[in-house]
Amino acid sequence: MTMTTKKYLQSPSQTVGPFFHYGLVFGGENTLVNEQTKGQRILLTGRVYDGDSEVVPDALLEIWQADAEGIFNHPNDPNQAEVDTHFRGFGRADTVNKGVYTFKTIKPGSQGGVPYINVRVFSRGILIHAVTRVYFSDEENTKDAVFAGIPEARQATLIGQLEQNQDLPTYRFDIHMQGSKETVFFDL
Amino acid sequence: MADVKRVHTLDWSIQPPYLAPGYTSTLKRAPSQPLMPLEHKLSELTGPVYGESDIKELDNDLTKNAVKNGEPMGERIIVTGRVLDEAGKPIRNTLLEVWQANAAGRYIHMRDQHPAPLDPNFLGAGRCLTNDNGEYRFTTIKPGAYPWRNHPNAWRPAHIHFSVFGRNFSQRLVTQMYFPGDPLMPLDPIFNSIPDEAARTRLISQYDHSVTTPEWALGYRFDIVLAGALETPFEKDDDHDD
Repeated sequence: MTMTTKKYLQSPSQTVGPFFHYGLVFGGENTLVNEQTKGQRILLTGRVYDGDSEVVPDALLEIWQADAEGIFNHPNDPNQAEVDTHFRGFGRADTVNKGVYTFKTIKPGSQGGVPYINVRVFSRGILIHAVTRVYFSDEENTKDAVFAGIPEARQATLIGQLEQNQDLPTYRFDIHMQGSKETVFFDL
Repeated sequence: MADVKRVHTLDWSIQPPYLAPGYTSTLKRAPSQPLMPLEHKLSELTGPVYGESDIKELDNDLTKNAVKNGEPMGERIIVTGRVLDEAGKPIRNTLLEVWQANAAGRYIHMRDQHPAPLDPNFLGAGRCLTNDNGEYRFTTIKPGAYPWRNHPNAWRPAHIHFSVFGRNFSQRLVTQMYFPGDPLMPLDPIFNSIPDEAARTRLISQYDHSVTTPEWALGYRFDIVLAGALETPFEKDDDHDD
């Protein structure tokens, strides 16, 4: 083997466009649980808005989260051997219905930290995915270093608000791409 | 748990900006605040894992996976390439999804109003896993260009949409593959949203005669490089090339 100095440069992103549905969403990807999945069922729902506070009906959301014990179903998690095998932890939802998305999932565990769900937004007009997180309104989120590092005025944009009087605990998490309520997005 | 270095980083000299004024849909959808830095921890260094059980036999042959009563119309092509990280290491067993317009430039989507014919034998969606060398391969129909409403007489160059997961959450990539010599590329605000010419060029597939199947299909090669190079402390890898 010879040493190579060839540099592999990352491929640029392009928009998911308006017509991804038949290639990426086949139905059911927004339900992450089955009957055997362990943990508290929750609904995670909200709307995606643009900078004019108009709903974005052609977005695609992806979520990634740990199981009820805070274990990720991936070999990089040192506890993967104990993961809930009935929970992959990945979901997809569109916003065709007036900008509304809904996931049926579980509230993740956190292995001693603060629970959250990773969220990625794709859409026509978004050239490279926007990454954010949902923290939960009934948790002590300021104990989380990432959350605590967000300017206080913008922390609320990362909180899914628990709504009462629903069949399932329902966390409302609206995403504002732009404007005075703009969601905090992360640089990966 | 050991501290994890930030190892998968998007290169903003390569990636398109959120705001690209020539692409008018970005004007109201581009975040205006700076992105917050995020140290990669377990939730970024893990991601969904897929396997053979997630793939059906014809998923990587778009000329066959939606046939109703005949062959799809258009120029049959094979698209193949490798999915690598920035160290050139193959990304194995990762899920790759593709979707595209048909040969006439029409998507089988309710919101596509372009008055070009639908093809009853072509859906335009497929998926496959990369193999141990990071290679993928699918057979499809060369997509047509189509008009859109970004500006007067705007046409998208022919392209295939790609979605790749990579090894973990931070490597996720959605992009588009273009075809060599397409005269619409210099006119396209989406393609040209990528500021660096060399980076744009890497989204153009290469015609490769060795990929063709004689008397059946032409061949194009398209490699994809995902962000990240170093292995993480958690990652098991049987390569020892350092």
